[in-house]
Amino acid sequence: MNKKMTVTRKQQFAGWIFLAPATLLIFIMSFYPMVQAFITSLKTGSGVKLKWGNPLFVNYIKNIPADKIFIRSMGNTFLYLIIEVPIMLVLAILLAQILNNRDLKFRGLFRTMVFMPCAVSLVSYALIFRTLFAREGLINSMLMGLGLISSNINWLGTTGTARAVIIIGLIWRWTGYNMVFYLAGLQNIEYSVYEAAKIDGANGWKTFWHITVPLLKPTIVMTAIMSINGTLQLFDESVNLTNGGPANTSITMSHYVWNEAFGQGVGHFGYASAMSFVIFIMVAVLAAINMKVGDTRD
Amino acid sequence: MTKRSSSAIQRRLIPSYIFLIIVSFVSVFPIFWMVTAATNNTVDIARGKIWFGNQALVNLKSLIEAASSQGAGTSLGRFMGNSFFYAFAQTILCIFLCSLAGYGFELYHDKAKDRLFTILLMAMMVPAVATLIPLFTMMSKLGFINTVAGFMLPAISTPFMIMMFRQNSRNFPVDIMEAARIDGLSEWAIFFKMYMPIMKSTYAAAAVITFMNAWNAYMWPRAVMTKNSAQTMQILLTNLSNGYVIDYGLLMMAVLFCSIPTMVIFFVMQKQFAEGITGAVK
Repeated sequence: MNKKMTVTRKQQFAGWIFLAPATLLIFIMSFYPMVQAFITSLKTGSGVKLKWGNPLFVNYIKNIPADKIFIRSMGNTFLYLIIEVPIMLVLAILLAQILNNRDLKFRGLFRTMVFMPCAVSLVSYALIFRTLFAREGLINSMLMGLGLISSNINWLGTTGTARAVIIIGLIWRWTGYNMVFYLAGLQNIEYSVYEAAKIDGANGWKTFWHITVPLLKPTIVMTAIMSINGTLQLFDESVNLTNGGPANTSITMSHYVWNEAFGQGVGHFGYASAMSFVIFIMVAVLAAINMKVGDTRD
Repeated sequence: MTKRSSSAIQRRLIPSYIFLIIVSFVSVFPIFWMVTAATNNTVDIARGKIWFGNQALVNLKSLIEAASSQGAGTSLGRFMGNSFFYAFAQTILCIFLCSLAGYGFELYHDKAKDRLFTILLMAMMVPAVATLIPLFTMMSKLGFINTVAGFMLPAISTPFMIMMFRQNSRNFPVDIMEAARIDGLSEWAIFFKMYMPIMKSTYAAAAVITFMNAWNAYMWPRAVMTKNSAQTMQILLTNLSNGYVIDYGLLMMAVLFCSIPTMVIFFVMQKQFAEGITGAVK
């Protein structure tokens, strides 16, 4: 008995050793910098000449609310979020539902093609879209060829269309990615449930709403959290597709934080940290709400 | 009977096929067009040419020249080499550390470890841009700016990867651990000789997803790699697209180069890639 105790204690200790390196790294590379970011966020000034804010929370109570570009970047980010995430998730569920049908031919081929945008990096696809939507680009010459427009549209040089191109790009890049989650989720649902529904005479829409969506609910909540988190942190697209333009009207929060911290000759580390902390709070609050909503059991 | 009903089923699926064909076309076309554009010159691209041209070598030559003029010691080979080196190093260390942690958290679990794991999950909510400045300061104090250590240290231990190994460890047969202990194997030997071989499909999925993430990493590498010759393909892409007059043929050739490794992985290891994406949430 006594010997067995020492053996299990020894094993438990071994467990701690195994998880220690990765755990320590997360504390050093995520939690500790987060605390430091908060401390820095209480400072003002630039470069190496940072000094404590007066009052201490001046960045939060005065500078951020008065910063029109930050407010606009927040508006942009939420605009992308509200339009892109629902369209993308609904499309992804629909595609998964269709591709889960065993009567469908070429399922593997279709799945591969829809999933393919995930094979290119964010920077790459941003540049592909930038080239497609350039003033002298394929989209314009196609629309001209079809006679739909009479002169080239300046897609990326106009606020509304620049934002739209970012949203189109996001939907293009991430729909297949989310579909993979739903396909995996659907594989856990017994296929016989669908066959029973078919025998009972339920049509496609009915099976979709009454079987697929309720059974996929945990997956939907999770993909929603991930998409919200990702969109709130949107950076690569804003930098490479529109460069925040025209005149910062399509810029995202992370991009603006970057510019304030690492932009040429700026170095507002305190202020940038304060803004990034605001992003953190938004991510945390939205994730919490999402989990609450997803948790309501009937 | 079966034949007739199956043709009826296929007829009912016609809207599904039409929808799938449209979505597939939209998904694949930009990638296909990027490949053809890499073989055309800017004028043809602007005119809307969508088929292959004969400018591939010209574009490749201008790309090699443009990559070499990014600063001291830069070349296309250098950027590709950097990207490969950083991504390989990050992949190997990441899957080793995270699998070790997943193994510890799941197969030696007790209340305290479960609680600690919940705390680690909160790191998922930390925005990358928020830790950028403190991490940059930390790396410069450690002398890791422009080094592979600086590139990968913030990325080799992620809650997502630990969670993936922890979840998948549930399928690990615990009985054989007991048998191994009776045979006198140490806990480390169990990890190396039994856990690693049995979990190899999880390792494959984790390696694919980590390599992709490391290859595609953009924000942090742009901050920590201040020297041109230490930068990656992704940063080269940004730099090439920043001129006033953009050579789109050259740019698409660069995008093509940057995409070849990830495309190869996608086509050869699509199953592992899909598993890697969803792996943590089974």
